[in-house]
Amino acid sequence: MSAPHVLAIVAPPYTVSAGMMDVLQVTVLVLVAAGATMVALTRVPARQVIALSVYGVLLAILFLVFQAPDVTLSELTIGAVALPILLLLTLAKVRERGDSGKSGERGK
Amino acid sequence: MTPRQRRWIFLIAMAGLAAFYLWGLTGLPGFGNYPGPYGDVINSIAVAETNATGVVSAVNFEYRGFDTVGEEFILFVAATGVATVLRQMRDEREHEEEEAGADDEAATRDAPPTSGAIRMVALIMTGPAVVMGWWLASHAQTTPSGGFQGGVVLATGFILIYLAGKFLAFDRFSPADVTDAVEAVGAGGFAAVGVAAVAMGLPYLTNYLPLGITPGAVSSSGTIALISFFVGVEVGAAFILIVSELLDQTLLIRQGSQ
Repeated sequence: MSAPHVLAIVAPPYTVSAGMMDVLQVTVLVLVAAGATMVALTRVPARQVIALSVYGVLLAILFLVFQAPDVTLSELTIGAVALPILLLLTLAKVRERGDSGKSGERGK
Repeated sequence: MTPRQRRWIFLIAMAGLAAFYLWGLTGLPGFGNYPGPYGDVINSIAVAETNATGVVSAVNFEYRGFDTVGEEFILFVAATGVATVLRQMRDEREHEEEEAGADDEAATRDAPPTSGAIRMVALIMTGPAVVMGWWLASHAQTTPSGGFQGGVVLATGFILIYLAGKFLAFDRFSPADVTDAVEAVGAGGFAAVGVAAVAMGLPYLTNYLPLGITPGAVSSSGTIALISFFVGVEVGAAFILIVSELLDQTLLIRQGSQ
């Protein structure tokens, strides 16, 4: 198989104009900055995890817009799903520990 | 040091950092410009050399396969570490429980029941998540996907079973010792694919399997597809292991104290 034919499979022509792409990229960059600020400003840990998950989705969209579908998939699975799950479980654990500690003191 | 002084030190340090940062930014290549040769070289040779149209996978599992072995074992060690540390903690906790006795206030507090909507959505999503994960893990050579992403999605399928309120079913579907073994098979399989090349007298991780005829076919790309499969198995098992250890921590103790 000749190389040009192969490359045609790998790189299909753009279907979005360059100007539209610029608009899209700037929009998503602004959204990501807003999302990061939102995560930092959220004070309640459980809500912060949800905000972080939304931020993960925004980052995934950013990577997709910048033509990195592989990284998009990784970010989507890790940033939007795996990390929030681990954080929520840890929060549940920490909270429970704190509660039983208090009640133990009260018992004495 | 007064708060006022501290604020000044912070502001001066921030100004210095900002100056260095902006100075550094001016030296970066222009937006969208890639000056290095490697990306272009890989783009022009990867498909012809490996028959994998998922060029990122070709890079991950072939051109820099040795790095990926390292990454794979980072996750393996991390999962092992989590399992070890949390198992010790559970022991500690159980001793505490005996001392505290039955009149623990936290014990009487029930977790809110899972709503019907969550239960149903989770159960509906389980099958598609498993299929999607498997598809991602087995199509690294054809499209943007791969074992890492596929493994996590695969694990998500199992975690959805827990989300549907079936923790015991989750435990039954993925018993810890079986998950341990599967994880080891995944991690060891990757390394073994490389060692097999050495046994044939080739360099470690050489792509010695037939590459197939059609670029981008599922059966093409030789060891790239095989390694992606093993990575998917490893990552999926490792992730299930980590989550189920954490779930044990949160749920079994809650159950135990009732």
